[in-house]
Amino acid sequence: MDLSIENLNNLHLDVLQEIGNIGAGNAVTALANMINKKVDMDVPSVKILNFSDISAILGGEEIVVSGVYFGITGDIEGNIMFLLDIESAKTLINILMGRDNKTEILDEMDKSALQEIGNILSGAYISSLSSLTGLDIKISVPSLCIDMAGAILSVPAIQFGHTGDKVLLVETVLQDGDNMVTGNFLLIPETSSFPTLLNSLGVYI
Amino acid sequence: MAELGIIQEPGILTTLGLGSCVGVILYDRVVKTGGLAHIMLPSSKQIKNNENKAKFADTGIQLLLDRMLTTGCNKSSIIAKIAGGSQMFLFQNDNDMMKIGQKNVVATKEMLNLLRIPIIAEDTGGNYGRTIEFHTTDGRLVIKTIGHGVHEI
Repeated sequence: MDLSIENLNNLHLDVLQEIGNIGAGNAVTALANMINKKVDMDVPSVKILNFSDISAILGGEEIVVSGVYFGITGDIEGNIMFLLDIESAKTLINILMGRDNKTEILDEMDKSALQEIGNILSGAYISSLSSLTGLDIKISVPSLCIDMAGAILSVPAIQFGHTGDKVLLVETVLQDGDNMVTGNFLLIPETSSFPTLLNSLGVYI
Repeated sequence: MAELGIIQEPGILTTLGLGSCVGVILYDRVVKTGGLAHIMLPSSKQIKNNENKAKFADTGIQLLLDRMLTTGCNKSSIIAKIAGGSQMFLFQNDNDMMKIGQKNVVATKEMLNLLRIPIIAEDTGGNYGRTIEFHTTDGRLVIKTIGHGVHEI
């Protein structure tokens, strides 16, 4: 049965939120271990947005962000995006590289480190999701893009443009203990995968 | 995104952070009315849910042209400028989904060609976002990027 974004009820949204919770908890632990600092996460939220409002989650279309993007295949299809505003990205890289002074320009090494951070977090997110739900989920090789939030978020918006006029994101905001690094982790399932995701946690439609 | 608008002189039409979408400017050089459509997808034909005409290159450009004609524009003095259609994320095993920017550009050009509207300037492709500003007074299209400068077409 087809389930469009408009037809999701509160129980469905709760399940998607719980899926975010399962994945993000593990991802946050992975990040905390990597930078050896405390990392907090907010309760994940399921957001259903119009295309024109999608950039607002990052503070506006022209805010510069670092985005690491993955495709998900297997029992469910969709995408994962790990987003950091550019200042958070620089801070995170400096912590990882053990540099004191903050670099203003991210070089190729820094970019590849950002990609790797995204890779580790997404791997952690998907592996806990996969083991709890029993779904077989694979993620693609990551791709990094540092650019305007509007341009980066047009990618998942277009993915949903094929089926409707709204976007569904399971968003988790992560923040380190000193409030220096703030990131958004987005799970963006294809509409066609909603039933499988819901069934995996025992909700049948 | 998936929207369109029209403005008369003097005015500026802007769309922020264009990625794989294409910004299509139609401009009547005589009455100095400008229109902007923010195209997300190439074609309305293969998609079931296609009520939002502004979303697609084929229906969006037609709708923009129709609206301009009702405000007193003359088709023979309308020209087009296009920008956007980049590929934000590069993947090794490139699937079709990822080349959507390129497809949007091709479909936009086909539609303008079909409507016999000349494209007098374009800034498309690449792997970066663009903010575009169209000035109806002189027909300038200003393109701003992160790390790829600011220029006019």
